Amino acid sequence: MHPAPSVILFSTLSGAGFGLLAFLGLGLPSTNGWIAFVFYLIAYALAVGGLFAAFFHLANKKNAWRSYSQWRSSWLSREAIAAPAALLTMGVYAIGEIFFEIRLVPLGILGATLSLFTVFTTAMIYTQIRAVPRWNQPATPAFFLTAAITGGALLSGNVTAAMVLMVLLGAVVGFHWWKGDRRFAEAGSTLRTATQLDGEVSLWERPHTGDNYLTREMVFQIARKHSIKLRVIAMALMVVLPVLLLLIGGPHHLPAALAVLLHLSGVFVQRWLFFAEAEHVVGLYYGANTKIAA
Amino acid sequence: MTSLPSEPDVKLGLVIDLDTCVGCHACVTACKAWNTQGEGAPLSDQDPYGTPSGTFLNRVHSFQVTPDRETGPEKSPQTVHFPKSCLHCDDAPCVTVCPTGASYKRIEDGIVLVNEDACMGCGLCAWACPYGARELDQAAGIMKKCTLCVDRIYNEELPEEDREPACVRTCPAGARHFGDLADPNSDVSRLVTERGGVDLLPEKGTRPVNQYLPPRVKDALQAPESKGGEDILAPFLAPVADTPSGFLGWLDRTLEKL
Repeated sequence: MHPAPSVILFSTLSGAGFGLLAFLGLGLPSTNGWIAFVFYLIAYALAVGGLFAAFFHLANKKNAWRSYSQWRSSWLSREAIAAPAALLTMGVYAIGEIFFEIRLVPLGILGATLSLFTVFTTAMIYTQIRAVPRWNQPATPAFFLTAAITGGALLSGNVTAAMVLMVLLGAVVGFHWWKGDRRFAEAGSTLRTATQLDGEVSLWERPHTGDNYLTREMVFQIARKHSIKLRVIAMALMVVLPVLLLLIGGPHHLPAALAVLLHLSGVFVQRWLFFAEAEHVVGLYYGANTKIAA
Repeated sequence: MTSLPSEPDVKLGLVIDLDTCVGCHACVTACKAWNTQGEGAPLSDQDPYGTPSGTFLNRVHSFQVTPDRETGPEKSPQTVHFPKSCLHCDDAPCVTVCPTGASYKRIEDGIVLVNEDACMGCGLCAWACPYGARELDQAAGIMKKCTLCVDRIYNEELPEEDREPACVRTCPAGARHFGDLADPNSDVSRLVTERGGVDLLPEKGTRPVNQYLPPRVKDALQAPESKGGEDILAPFLAPVADTPSGFLGWLDRTLEKL
């Protein structure tokens, strides 16, 4: 799948932003005044900034408002409802903490739940797609949620929790890669099932000499030859280096800020791979993916 | 509403005969011609005289197949031209993922359509479709797909013989058939039964309405089993008579003497 920078940026930043909102909603830490203001500023900048990036991915933006309507069937629509609901709920909670030094505990819990639910809806947009077997597995929402909670722990200064969570995230992402490499064969689609032709089938000629929307969007293959290197880089940036930094540097602002930066760039690389490595079944009709199909 | 309707009573769709298709791409051209000038956004091309790319609702792929059969001349590889457009699935995954309500499946005839006034161009439906039936038009920013020529098949302005999809109307080989696949007695349903019509990618659980008729087993040659090396047309080139007779026989003998 084509790794669109806007969508990757969205899922990385807003994931961390909603993760931070979840921690703040649960009172971990409970702050007020200027400190609270700075925390919420970071959380909202990440979450809303991510949403804006996603908005720019749309080809016909004037109809974006309609995406509230189909929550009965569509995960993208559920995300479009959950995200502002989480932001508004946490907004009221934030005003209480920043200006009135009161903690509206039930509202905070609701806001935290909605924040994590938003991340879950984002993950389900990908997980539900059976045409992309690598995405269509339970480990997809698992790593989206773990990454959001980990980012939230880091940003909210829960250093010990963050270190444990980063190791856990490494394990979940590692499993997603391992399982993902097998999903296409498991799902059972081959050029033979795609064409239902009886015998050994191979592509003789594509429909047109030029490329098209489908080949650009779904038959993307640049990443694959570097995938091992990129996986190592992602794991180092996302888990190993920030954990080491926090172990050595301790819970101070500078090492923590650097750890956040490293971690988020690692998540960015991981998200890039999440798209670039994903094989769409339609690739079979264009002569791709035939080697990984069992 | 992007929830799927209950099972429609009428399921309009195509039956595509892979045995008959000659791969001429006339359906591709007719489809693009009709659908670029209809009510919806036109099917744009980008850089048509440079590195061309454009929106098509129907494309013809070509595959080489080496049949599994063990012996005989029918095991030799063959070319299969493979037209592919929206299959108007009963469990259309493209419809349920749509967040705006632009994608829908009609309860009255099962046609899957896009309401272009509501599409926000997120592209999620194109991801959800395993067949690659949907393409986001790069000029309009709107998702385009086969409408089964819904503006032809019910159009009383057109002569009756034209009230079928443009691809079916134009196919010079008669490889495309249009009809109601929910009615077991319709021509298309009988064709599917007789020729063993198949679903593409059945494991994806989409329950496509469109059916594909597999290529027939190649005819055996009307000749003794070939031993290799000889011209396969040799049996047809053998002389009909060994000794010429009549006028031509006389002429042959006379010319021989000169």
